[in-house]
Amino acid sequence: MAEGIRDKVVILGMGCTKFGERWDCGSSDLLIESYQECMEDAGIEKKDIQAAWIGTHIDEVNLGKGGTYVSSALHLPLIPVTRTENFCASGTEAFRGATYAIASGACDIALAIGVEKLKDTGYGGLPDSPAFGQEAVMIGPNATAPGMFAQLATAYAAKYDLPMEKVKEAITHVSWKSHQNGVKNPLAHLRKAVTKEQIMGAPMVAYPLGLFDCCGVSDGSAAAILTTPEIAKKLKPNDPLVKVKALQISVSSGEEAMYDKWDGASLLTTQTASKKAYEEAGIKDPRKEISMMEVHDCFSITELATMENLWISPPGKAPEDILNGFYDLDGEIPCQTDGGLKCFGHPIGASGLRMIYEMYSQLLGRWPEDRAVKDPKLALTHNLGGVPASNVCSIAIFGVD
Amino acid sequence: MVGISSFGGYIPRFRLNRMLVFGAMGWLNPVNITNARGEKAVGNFDEDSITMAVAAGMDCMKGFKREDIDGVYFASTTAPYKERQNANLVAGALGAPDAIRTADFGGSLKAGTSALLSALEYAAANEGGNVMVCCADSRLGKMASAQEMRFGDGGAAFMVGDEDVIAEFKGSFSTAYDFVDHLRGAFTKYDRMWEERWIRDIGYGQFIPEAINGLCDKVGLSAGDFDKILYPCPYGRARKTMNAKMELDQEKVADDMLETVGDTGSAQPLLMLASALEQAEPGEKILVLSFGSGCDALYFEVTDAVKKNKGGGGVAKWMARRADLDNYQKYLVWRGIAPADIGVRGEEDKMTRWSLVWRNHKAFLGLEGSKCKKCGAQMFPPQRMCANPDCGAIDEMEPVYLSDKGGKIFSFTGDMLAASVNPPAIYGNVAFNGGGKNVFDFTDCTIDDLAVGNPVDFTFRIKRYDPHRDITNYFWKAVPAVEEVK
Repeated sequence: MAEGIRDKVVILGMGCTKFGERWDCGSSDLLIESYQECMEDAGIEKKDIQAAWIGTHIDEVNLGKGGTYVSSALHLPLIPVTRTENFCASGTEAFRGATYAIASGACDIALAIGVEKLKDTGYGGLPDSPAFGQEAVMIGPNATAPGMFAQLATAYAAKYDLPMEKVKEAITHVSWKSHQNGVKNPLAHLRKAVTKEQIMGAPMVAYPLGLFDCCGVSDGSAAAILTTPEIAKKLKPNDPLVKVKALQISVSSGEEAMYDKWDGASLLTTQTASKKAYEEAGIKDPRKEISMMEVHDCFSITELATMENLWISPPGKAPEDILNGFYDLDGEIPCQTDGGLKCFGHPIGASGLRMIYEMYSQLLGRWPEDRAVKDPKLALTHNLGGVPASNVCSIAIFGVD
Repeated sequence: MVGISSFGGYIPRFRLNRMLVFGAMGWLNPVNITNARGEKAVGNFDEDSITMAVAAGMDCMKGFKREDIDGVYFASTTAPYKERQNANLVAGALGAPDAIRTADFGGSLKAGTSALLSALEYAAANEGGNVMVCCADSRLGKMASAQEMRFGDGGAAFMVGDEDVIAEFKGSFSTAYDFVDHLRGAFTKYDRMWEERWIRDIGYGQFIPEAINGLCDKVGLSAGDFDKILYPCPYGRARKTMNAKMELDQEKVADDMLETVGDTGSAQPLLMLASALEQAEPGEKILVLSFGSGCDALYFEVTDAVKKNKGGGGVAKWMARRADLDNYQKYLVWRGIAPADIGVRGEEDKMTRWSLVWRNHKAFLGLEGSKCKKCGAQMFPPQRMCANPDCGAIDEMEPVYLSDKGGKIFSFTGDMLAASVNPPAIYGNVAFNGGGKNVFDFTDCTIDDLAVGNPVDFTFRIKRYDPHRDITNYFWKAVPAVEEVK
């Protein structure tokens, strides 16, 4: 019987670049930036890294396929380097590769690094790539990410018989809160507070999502060095250690897209992965036990639905929790403490690792008081890639000992 | 008895008021004010002769089994392909069987009646059989031209056979002249014409009476014996003169729909015929003529079966769902007359991979899905393994055509980021009646027309045009359900 990976892996060090429109940087510049910070934090040398995983999504406008771009950019010494791609969970997938390597005993020290250079397309939004294969190109709508996720909102409003204004009010608070948090974060892409009136009145991108309901499209990179608790204790005998408590992935079965039971307003993968992750981490009541979260707020409505699918807000009650400030920085479970995808930005392959970077830094009490979560114990990160009817969800839970 | 056993018409939703065109372009050709009466039907940005022919065909096919179709003839002077049989696209969209006769008719505005004649002769020669004739046109005139004013978009379809015939074919007469009133070369987009007085007096003025008289002589009737005479002629005064000369009762000469739909080219006489059959009484004698490089004249007699016509029928319901296209520039962009910038996103290249298209042609053209024989779940795209998590049966599927099933809106959006010549791009998940769902583009609507749970029909439309390779790809879209006009 598999025993999972709880407490078998420690994050020894992390790094994260400033996210944003990094016109002067290519993927290699971004990689080097997060790698340097991560290595300094871990206190190891390049020769100590035994294997690496690189998370990146849109190879067409970025660094191509395979592991060679990264191994060459960082001049890694002929070690195994594997590119992981699983939509917006690509960064967390890189982290999972490294985690499994350590937990299995195959490696002592492994690198997980994510990067995405999105701002070389010449237009706003994510690149128009054949993400769902060539058959989908022939029959699928000429859809964009906001358009696919916007449908969560129309289905959610229909399911709970809510007027769209009520849904809009709640998702406006979602974005407003992330902007409040982003202001305080020097690495964030978007660092301007906005009023709820601005959010409500912004131009429509995909009904009912306006400009401020959509996250930033950014360049950036984030990295982690992982090792065993034994090695970490030897290398950092006086430091608290951030341990992986759970790591779960769930991928759509086609049931949502093709079968009749899915309601269009929820994310089955998030429901499944979170349930398994809580079990792996030994969490019985996530609403009481989770201290803080970074969830995949690619769009404000995704964050709203996610709160219910993580079993934290009861079904249909996320709008209430959101508007009550439950997820604000000073709320019961602060969420998107670094600004989230909304304001920190979303270089896809780096995003999962960026979330872990924020939770890791919070758990170690590294942030100034104005954006620090008080005395956090358990932190959760969540990615959702693809589209609501067909997606990849990753959940990771971390604790500090 | 060989004849027409069902009919369908199609007129796109949008109408362009001719004064709007004149307001924009009258400065260049002030005399065009004489043509600026009424409105013309214009296809949506995703419509062409193929899609309109399919729309008419879908209506015409109601009450028939797909497997009973023996042939599909497509007629148009604006077919998208010179090589790649256009009729096969229509047949595929209609879900016709593989072992059928198909043919493309084009080259003149007689193409529609020529296809109809060929289908009637097929039925006569083969002692029956059901041949679908699907015809549509979407011709372009240059900005400020008379043709731009007159030309409208539309289509019609007929099922031809020898069972349950509603209009018996009684005879025909044809002429063929290299009379070049209008022409388009093989690489020419816009219609060009010679002096209209010549076209009116020597063309219509001589050829139409000649064809009517020729048919009458052949079948031993006089023009006055017909209850309805349908012929195209855009010159109102010439129509009056001809009618007077042939002693035709004005009431018997059907409206050519010029002021409400426009000159729909090869589809014009067939659209008039579909409209006439919609209102026909048993025993009526109908004479329909085409005009273009000569004439075809066809004589039909309406039977008692017209009262129990199975087809979805006619033209009235399409006329009833008209909506204004209140923007001439939109028309120019949609028809590719004026280049418009839809952003760099819209420039991303998408190859058509023909081997992939062939593997999936039943699904792509016919909206064929699969239905699980074990659990009854219906799904699209077709699956080998059942998507029902409690079933999962492998290779237990039977094909199911979803194009005529309709569905309900499951979720939707209007996307301003997606590259489109008609933003917002409206799309969403549609649940098929009978189970399963798929994400479709929505068309012929605004986002205000949509709500979760509302009924939709499916309509065959242009999916994407590849300007680098001159490839038009098609797929089905969802459209708010069109109500039948009682």
